[in-house]
Amino acid sequence: MLLLALDTATPAVTVALHDGTDVIASSSQVDARRHGELLLPAVDRVLAEAGLKLEAVTGVVVGIGPGPYTGLRVGLMTADTFGLALGVPVHGLCTLDGLAYAADIAEGPFVVATDARRKEVYWATYADSRTRLTDPAVDRPADIAERVAGLPAVGAGALLYPDTFPSAHEPEHVSAAALAALAAERLAAGEELPAPRPLYLRRPDAQVPKNYKVVTPK
Amino acid sequence: MADEPLVLGIETSCDETGVGIVRGTTLLADAIASSVDEHARFGGVVPEVASRAHLEAMVPTIDRALKEAGVSARDLDGIAVTAGPGLAGALLVGVSAAKSYAYALGKPLYGVNHLASHICVDQLEHGPLPEPTMALLVSGGHSSLLLSADITSDVRPMGATIDDAAGEAFDKIARVLNLGFPGGPVIDRYAREGDPAAISFPRGLTGPRDPAYDFSFSGLKTAVARWIEARRAAGEEVPVRDVAASFQEAVVDVLTRKAVRACKDQGVDHLMIGGGVAANSRLRALAQERCEAAGIRLRVPRPKLCTDNGAMVAALGAEMVARNRAASDWDLSADSSLPVTDPHVPGRGHGHSHDHDHVHEVSKENLYS
Ligand SMILES: [Zn+2]
Repeated sequence: MLLLALDTATPAVTVALHDGTDVIASSSQVDARRHGELLLPAVDRVLAEAGLKLEAVTGVVVGIGPGPYTGLRVGLMTADTFGLALGVPVHGLCTLDGLAYAADIAEGPFVVATDARRKEVYWATYADSRTRLTDPAVDRPADIAERVAGLPAVGAGALLYPDTFPSAHEPEHVSAAALAALAAERLAAGEELPAPRPLYLRRPDAQVPKNYKVVTPK
Repeated sequence: MADEPLVLGIETSCDETGVGIVRGTTLLADAIASSVDEHARFGGVVPEVASRAHLEAMVPTIDRALKEAGVSARDLDGIAVTAGPGLAGALLVGVSAAKSYAYALGKPLYGVNHLASHICVDQLEHGPLPEPTMALLVSGGHSSLLLSADITSDVRPMGATIDDAAGEAFDKIARVLNLGFPGGPVIDRYAREGDPAAISFPRGLTGPRDPAYDFSFSGLKTAVARWIEARRAAGEEVPVRDVAASFQEAVVDVLTRKAVRACKDQGVDHLMIGGGVAANSRLRALAQERCEAAGIRLRVPRPKLCTDNGAMVAALGAEMVARNRAASDWDLSADSSLPVTDPHVPGRGHGHSHDHDHVHEVSKENLYS
């Protein structure tokens, strides 16, 4: 087994290779506005570091968010297209699950929260690092304060709002290494992973920009 | 010819997910998935809706194009993609797909200019473009007059709209007339039964001191809307067909007049018209008439090639390969305001880390001689 994992649902552009037992190479760069530019060179670098070609990959794992859409799509589109070109399966994993796994908390409950911008967080609660208790959601921190009161929390969304998450700690962003390890574990256990489809959690803003409309004669 | 470059092109600058495949100047496949219906109720393209649709449609559309062309991805000589201009988020989906597809297949990547692609697509219909060619591009996003001396390296802006795009005016007037979105085809349809001389609407920027090649449609838009509203306020019926015909006449009169003038001034004897509005039947007819009178050869691709599609991107990509232009780098980014003077986005020259020497081997020959 050789899994290529990637995630662009948080400010991190993160890529890892996992051989079924261990992470053999990885790269993480934090730059929320350059996902599109950074991802493919990172894949290239990670493969070079491992001394492998992309053709050797037997499966692709991608973080499906939730996350800011534009960046999130870069990872999903890349994973989809790799799957198409290589003829290998593409698995999705909730980005929050990757963060929970990396947090390495044996006994919860705890919260994972990432930055959803617009003064909101993407979040879910976990019983332990492998067991999610709630569906991922997007909310204003103040609105969920009661539900997360007293729980430890990880992720940039928690670190950003100390009033709601006073005991927030690292990891801040998801790592593809954690995502790959979690996927390898689940696949080895015979579990089916989610489809590689984005978790947007919000409806699109229906704003038509000025000076950009189209005429499409049929 | 079997040794012409086989190129797959991806277009996502607006609401069409286009994947085209060409061999040199021969069209092999033109697969399109459109989200236009999802935008209709908003009266215009909603960027986030378009981006979501691109992500979903991409892999099936690539698949469809390959099947339609009857070629294997392994045999491609390159992957081309619209790097700009267009909607940033939408472009990024296509660029991400093209980069990873090219990388996974070990093919060179060509990030190309959307406007130059609109010009180059005519090669698929009428054969190699004469150099120079004057190009009038008119759609909901663009209204420009361009002089293409070399479609891979030298495209010069002659004029452009100073306010709204021509297609935007069609959308606006269709909305005022309650004809729905998009406005182009429906106005064209009503106009066919109307009198183009019924109402005299203003021709923007056609005075002796106005810039010769620039366009303005904002004043026309307002004039037509006011005329309609005045009728309604007076309790009179609006003659939809005559309004559509007279409005359309004002638009195409200015477009063709300026395009022909640019050809004459620059000594260019070929005019191509592209973009969604090029599908307009009156624009085609009037352009034909005026070009004939001026001794200019008019080239207008069939409507499906005029609107945004992947074939046009593939056409320009094939030209990049044929003329041995530098491939793009793996960190190619989407540039929503890529200037038309950049027909493509070449790499910085230190090459790709993977090996595609066999492709360079092919492209060394002059494939169009
Ligand atoms: Zn266009």
